[in-house]
Amino acid sequence: MTAMTDPAGVDVRAGRLSAEVLATGFSDLHPAFEPHEAFVEADRCYFCYDAPCMQACPTGIDIPLFIREIQAGNPIGAAKTILSANILGGMCARVCPTETLCEEVCVREVAEGKPVQIGLLQRHATDALMATGNHPFRRAAPTGRRIAVVGAGPAGLSCAHRLAMLGHDVTIFDAREKPGGLNEYGIAAYKATEDFAQREVEFLLKIGGIAIETGKALGRDVHLADLRRDYDAVFLGLGLAGVNALGAEGETAGGSHDAVAWIADLRQTAELSQLPVGRRVVVIGGGMTAIDAAVQSKALGAEEVTIAYRRGREAMNASPYEQEVAATRGVHLRFNLQPKRILAENGHVTGIEMERTRSDGGTLVLTGETVTLEADQVFKAIGQSFVAEGTDHEGEGIALERGRMKVDAACRTSLDGVWAGGDCIAGGEDLTVVAVEDGKIAAMDIHAALTAADRVAAE
Amino acid sequence: MADLSTSFLGISSPNPFWLASAPPTDKEYNVQRAFEQGWGGVVWKTLGEDPPVVNVNGPRYGAIWGPDRRLLGLNNIELITDRALDTNLEEIARVKRNWPDRALIVSLMVPCEEAPWQKILGLVEQTGADGVELNFGCPHGMSERGMGSAVGQVPEYIEMVARWCKQHSRLPVIVKLTPNITDIRYPARAAKEGGADAVSLINTVSSIMSIDLDNFAPTPTIDGKGSHGGMCGPAVKPIALNMVAEIARDAATADMPISGIGGITTWRDAAEFIALGCGNVQVCTAAMTYGFKVVKEMISGLADWMDEKGYATIEDFRGKAVPNVTDWQYLNLNYVTKARIDQDKCISCGRCHIACEDTSHQAITSMVEGRRHFEVIDEECVGCNLCVNVCPVEDCITMERISGFDPRTGKPIPDEYDNWTRHPNNPASAEKKQHAPEPVTMPDAAE
Repeated sequence: MTAMTDPAGVDVRAGRLSAEVLATGFSDLHPAFEPHEAFVEADRCYFCYDAPCMQACPTGIDIPLFIREIQAGNPIGAAKTILSANILGGMCARVCPTETLCEEVCVREVAEGKPVQIGLLQRHATDALMATGNHPFRRAAPTGRRIAVVGAGPAGLSCAHRLAMLGHDVTIFDAREKPGGLNEYGIAAYKATEDFAQREVEFLLKIGGIAIETGKALGRDVHLADLRRDYDAVFLGLGLAGVNALGAEGETAGGSHDAVAWIADLRQTAELSQLPVGRRVVVIGGGMTAIDAAVQSKALGAEEVTIAYRRGREAMNASPYEQEVAATRGVHLRFNLQPKRILAENGHVTGIEMERTRSDGGTLVLTGETVTLEADQVFKAIGQSFVAEGTDHEGEGIALERGRMKVDAACRTSLDGVWAGGDCIAGGEDLTVVAVEDGKIAAMDIHAALTAADRVAAE
Repeated sequence: MADLSTSFLGISSPNPFWLASAPPTDKEYNVQRAFEQGWGGVVWKTLGEDPPVVNVNGPRYGAIWGPDRRLLGLNNIELITDRALDTNLEEIARVKRNWPDRALIVSLMVPCEEAPWQKILGLVEQTGADGVELNFGCPHGMSERGMGSAVGQVPEYIEMVARWCKQHSRLPVIVKLTPNITDIRYPARAAKEGGADAVSLINTVSSIMSIDLDNFAPTPTIDGKGSHGGMCGPAVKPIALNMVAEIARDAATADMPISGIGGITTWRDAAEFIALGCGNVQVCTAAMTYGFKVVKEMISGLADWMDEKGYATIEDFRGKAVPNVTDWQYLNLNYVTKARIDQDKCISCGRCHIACEDTSHQAITSMVEGRRHFEVIDEECVGCNLCVNVCPVEDCITMERISGFDPRTGKPIPDEYDNWTRHPNNPASAEKKQHAPEPVTMPDAAE
């Protein structure tokens, strides 16, 4: 992208902020605990019986135990407790919406509105272990079984690690240049600083027995039929490759971006001072992607950043906490505004015309009243979708449910020998931690299936 | 406002807070600063014979901490004063002259022979000090030389030295007791037998604070080695309270004045010692942790509490808890309690449940009608109070006395007091024996 300022007043350019201010905006959202802070915070944990936090964690981490291990001066042991349930515990500590998971149900939250800061404690422990450079787990004896994992995102990495630990050999295929999936390309930069996604992948691979082939897309470079033939099992952690279109006039104008792609670009930009951003930015949507696009636009130096959501605040997918992060960083949140038309001059966005809505007994009703927001850039963050390509040529294809792959409780798809997990399966919550759990469940089931097959063969 | 002044052995003090004989009272400079902050008196750090002792030149203190580095216990291997006797005597005289309204006691420790005691007592008298305290408590270093707790652990020596001191001095004599002994009543009785005017207790508890697991040596470590020290601070308070109570309710020593020492950190701690009969208290660790200003909180806290309770003077509540300290065998077995959980205060941490379930009587639910809910099962509850102690919310679980019928035993609860002495399961309770009410004077367990 090049900087442009034209007679229409379009202002999109790089280098709006000094290096210091830019660095501050993209620094760690929650700086890590100092060791003493961790001790004090760990002591706030009551070591609850049948702890609600543990029940709320999709990966079932034994939270009271790991916090007690930190308190007793054993952060490495704490990290092992965490990672044995969730091998991406380091990333989850950074990106989990803890305010709607473990910390929401912490008895301290109930009692005093101040939960134990479980996320930061988890980070403290996992950082301590990763700093040692050691991997805490050992592989079981080789089984001679080979499993293909498609997608090196949280689900695929989790599945691969667990399978490798159980003695299987795993090959991961990923379409992108780098492994990590959304951890590398989607998470806001200030949540995973210092190249954490890649460091975590490196850490995870130390288990051994996992090969990663990047630049290999399913349906283009590798094919499901071949994988099923050549491997003992296949796990699909494909994520959501599609983005929903606005369906509004003017969507193709310059300066109108898909927020997911823009964030991916941002994450891969080494010098953020080189990344152009509009003086006025409007983000369309109400989820985490909208928040991340808006906050990072602001951090790049956009003067006016507005999130426009078609429903009311209560319907936003982004948690109240995330909304607060956006608001305190100067993002303006506006509600009940539905995009009608993207305005452009000379092929570039100049604004967006929105129509006011209201909720009529749960149904969104257009009021006919319009509002125009001036903008140099418009980001669309109105949801992603599963792209079935690569999975739909096999027999009758993999059965879908509401547009995503249908799986059973063990993450088995309708296709024999094919498991799936993460955002690409139906019923998920589109959370990193849920994807990790899917991968783990699938790995355990794949292992059980292969072990059973071995037993049958032996008999 | 309440009058906090005390007259202990006739030594007047504007408040009951004295600094114990310890590093904070080793020099004029420190004591001056203490008096400026409002301390009622000091017991000057223990004097000995010249040449002075030498201290180690490595670390002297060790500690145990709570999670936010709150100091819970402090351990030391420091000896008595390592300054020349004359220097100390000169400073003592000057301080007493400058602060006539404050109590100034001098702690002493010399070899267990009459002449050295006689000699040093004469020197102390010339300073104008108000009294002496005999250090029979120091458990480290000095004890290896036959002084300190080596004396305090032998009642006959205590009696002997106390007698010498009373013979050779007109000053009031306080005997400071070591807790490193099996029954504190014996040294206290010996002090009284020897004519001592009062006892002060406790001195420090023999201790090793921790082992350095990298060097496999006790801490504090001096050139790879460590020796036991004496522990003080909040952690020793329960030990001290019990020993004070033992002396206060022992018929042989019941009338002997006590200066209470051991983990006193706030006004409340001090009030508890006074309620057990202490005429004043001595403080060290709190000052060494926070500085001398802590006495201001102690003074205001005690005065405000006394005002609230309507106690005009220290004497108005002194010793009020002594009659309520009794032996287990006299506790009322017909006092039946059950735990009660205030559901509005309960935060559902489940600690009461797991403590009871795993380690006690299986008397607290974790699930009721499919939801997380903690409730006492009266049929199982023995009223032990463990749940109260482990509950993180104050007053969420309380013990409530029940009457009429105990669902646990299935038996009626008699209204009248009853105790072990005449319980049918007590082998010593003969049928013919009359129900023994709590005696006014305690039987001596050793006799």
